[in-house]
Amino acid sequence: MKWFITPRELRRLGIVGMNQRNTGMIARLNHRRNYPLVDDKLLTKKLALDAGIAVPELYGVIETNHDARHLPDLIAGHEDFVIKPAHGSGGNGILVITGRMGERFRKASGLLEEIDSLEHHVSNILSGMYSLGGQPDKAMIEYRVKFDPLFADVSFQGVPDIRTVVYRGYPAMAMVRLPTRGSDGKANLHQGAVGAGIDIATGVTGHGVWHNDIVERHPDTGAAIAGIAIPGWDRLLELAAGCYELTELGYLGVDVVLDRDLGPLILELNARPGLAVQIANGVGLSTRIDRIEAQKPKNPPSPAERAAFVQALIGAEPGVRS
Amino acid sequence: MKRLHLPLLILALAAVSLGIFQHKARNLGFPLLPAQTTDNWIVEARVAFEPTGGAVTARFLIPHQPPGFALLDEHFVSRDYGLTTGMTGDNREAIWTTRSPRGRQVVYYRTTVYEITRSLRPSEEYPGPADIPQLEEPYASAASAIVERVRERSADITSFATVLVRDMAHAPDENLALFVTRGGDERERVRAAIQLLAGARIPARMTHGLHLTDRARDLQPRTWLEVHNTREWVPINPADGSVGYPANFLVWWYGDQDPLELSRARNAQVSFAVTRNFQSAVDAAQQRALLLDSRIADFSLLGLPIQTQNMYRVLLMVPVGAMIIVLLRNVVGFQTFGTFMPVLIALSFRETELLGGVILFTLIVSLGLAIRFYLEHLKLLLVPRLAAVVIVVVMLMLMLSIVSHHLGIEHGLAVALFPMVILAMTIERMSIVWEEHGAADAIRQGVGSMGAAIVGYLLMINPYLEHLIFVFPELLLLVLAVTLLLGRYTGYRLSELIRFRALSGRSGP
Repeated sequence: MKWFITPRELRRLGIVGMNQRNTGMIARLNHRRNYPLVDDKLLTKKLALDAGIAVPELYGVIETNHDARHLPDLIAGHEDFVIKPAHGSGGNGILVITGRMGERFRKASGLLEEIDSLEHHVSNILSGMYSLGGQPDKAMIEYRVKFDPLFADVSFQGVPDIRTVVYRGYPAMAMVRLPTRGSDGKANLHQGAVGAGIDIATGVTGHGVWHNDIVERHPDTGAAIAGIAIPGWDRLLELAAGCYELTELGYLGVDVVLDRDLGPLILELNARPGLAVQIANGVGLSTRIDRIEAQKPKNPPSPAERAAFVQALIGAEPGVRS
Repeated sequence: MKRLHLPLLILALAAVSLGIFQHKARNLGFPLLPAQTTDNWIVEARVAFEPTGGAVTARFLIPHQPPGFALLDEHFVSRDYGLTTGMTGDNREAIWTTRSPRGRQVVYYRTTVYEITRSLRPSEEYPGPADIPQLEEPYASAASAIVERVRERSADITSFATVLVRDMAHAPDENLALFVTRGGDERERVRAAIQLLAGARIPARMTHGLHLTDRARDLQPRTWLEVHNTREWVPINPADGSVGYPANFLVWWYGDQDPLELSRARNAQVSFAVTRNFQSAVDAAQQRALLLDSRIADFSLLGLPIQTQNMYRVLLMVPVGAMIIVLLRNVVGFQTFGTFMPVLIALSFRETELLGGVILFTLIVSLGLAIRFYLEHLKLLLVPRLAAVVIVVVMLMLMLSIVSHHLGIEHGLAVALFPMVILAMTIERMSIVWEEHGAADAIRQGVGSMGAAIVGYLLMINPYLEHLIFVFPELLLLVLAVTLLLGRYTGYRLSELIRFRALSGRSGP
């Protein structure tokens, strides 16, 4: 493999670059005023609940340092939970507690923490350490997703999630993000998680991408990444497509987790989804988008119809399946 | 219209910027390179005379818009004399008057002139064909024979004059010999040429000027010939007929007259002295702009106090640095802490020099990081923790200064000017990235910031660039235009060519 790719080849593949994403997609399709809907995860959760879209249950919110004393009360009765900032970005500041051990709490990595360590984390969140622009923030304590064993072989701790890029309501491209040892249980690709492309038409995974390189096996578990069929794929796509009505963002990243008991849950929405999904799928975003734009129905169809339309479109695509 | 808005704005900005730049560089002579000096000539005319009793008036012709030169300033040195200046015909004159002078009188006129490429003198209108002089025989027929002969060998007015003068200088036939006396001075020859040119109805005039040479004393004015070719006056060398004034020839006065006219005085003596003077080109241009009454010079930074000027020398480079950051981030794909932190780091490198700055920066940031990780254990709130980092950074800088002073390293002392808040913020951001994204990411961004700062620094200390921006601040509009242009760059970043390399060799859609 060459160590670089020519711009001509990138253009031929229809790869969207960072600059084009920022101007052509985010600035054009995402109105600023809609950002709070996704940047504030509390608001997103509320909107999703109103629309009947499944999300992880909220145990409590801490808004001031004073309230941080109530943390033990909020987590009382919950063996495991997640503390996250309401305005976090890039998966920063998310603390996953998988269980208790006497007075102490076990993190996703297996390390044990005291309660005051949790309180310090909450206070960091409140002071805006993880929020965009450093504004004071709120800390959310919510249900820890018990992830579906489907991806157990191909993830190292943490919660694998499914990122779908939704273009003007049409689920254009998707990948599953698998945590690795290097990503510390997080499902963000730039933190070292593996991304695996998903065939939109069938919901079957393809090869993975890890640190911008293509991998066939998970770097920690060694299990093959390709060929995993995601159950209830049509429903999941419809869920993702429905988030367009929720936020009216034309370029939207929808992160879904598969819960063992509750099925697909919307974990968070992203108004600035990254571009690694293109490497994972081996397809350029603008190629997909151009085809959707060219053939999409005139009357605004329902989320289910949109999902089905894209599935039919991609299913008919010759030869580029990964 | 909406689509054209930005391109038009960019074009307008670039046009305004380059327009003013070009005007200042070409017409006002602002230098394009730093530390340029220009030749100035200080020309002094010494006028001496002896009064014969009673009120004395001395009329002395002085230069007025001489072709190829600009007068930067002039002084009249004359004690107890009243002075007025005014125009008389083609000339400007200084009139010294005094009631009852005693003994030999000396007055001085001193001017500083500067060579320019473009003449300040407005082109003068065609005075109309000259009157044919009434000559007696045998002069009349000789003159018409000469005109006839010269006309055969010339194409236009200028070449007519050239041929005539050359004939007079080199091959006077018997007709010309009537007009040119052997051993006659230049003035006589020019006077004859004017007469003969008038025979061909060509308007001509005599000019007098100084051939400027360094440290010349008692310089004699030279006589020159000018003919009007219906568009402008064309100088002709009376010695060989060549067209144009030689270099460093300062035209002092016009017409067949002496430069000094006295009443109630005698023994007039006029002498000229010249010295060459080197002056900073910027000062000269500034002076010239004032003389030309140019509005543009009023907006120049050069009028500000030196302290302020020096500050702006640094400050004006910040936009250039910002543009470099845009290039590095959006076209190359550097990852940096904060958007413009590298510019600020680069600014602080100015104080410490590059190598010293990089070492100090790395040293303080790594020490600060270690302390920041220690503070993390104490579980402090964000703002107190940041403040603590700032305090520690200041103490670190203090220690480094003292240690390096004892070791005899001068760079350590300059560190005090390092913006400590910038350092503290860098440490804080870096530690967050370190915790959240791992050491690799933190170091990558740290190296990116450092790289951007180094590139920015190298450009910002470039003396040519600094000089250009400082003398031509309008170039900032061009910087703005380029930045706006980059704002619409939607192509791939260089780093993306590596990022997406895994896709190479794939079949397209």
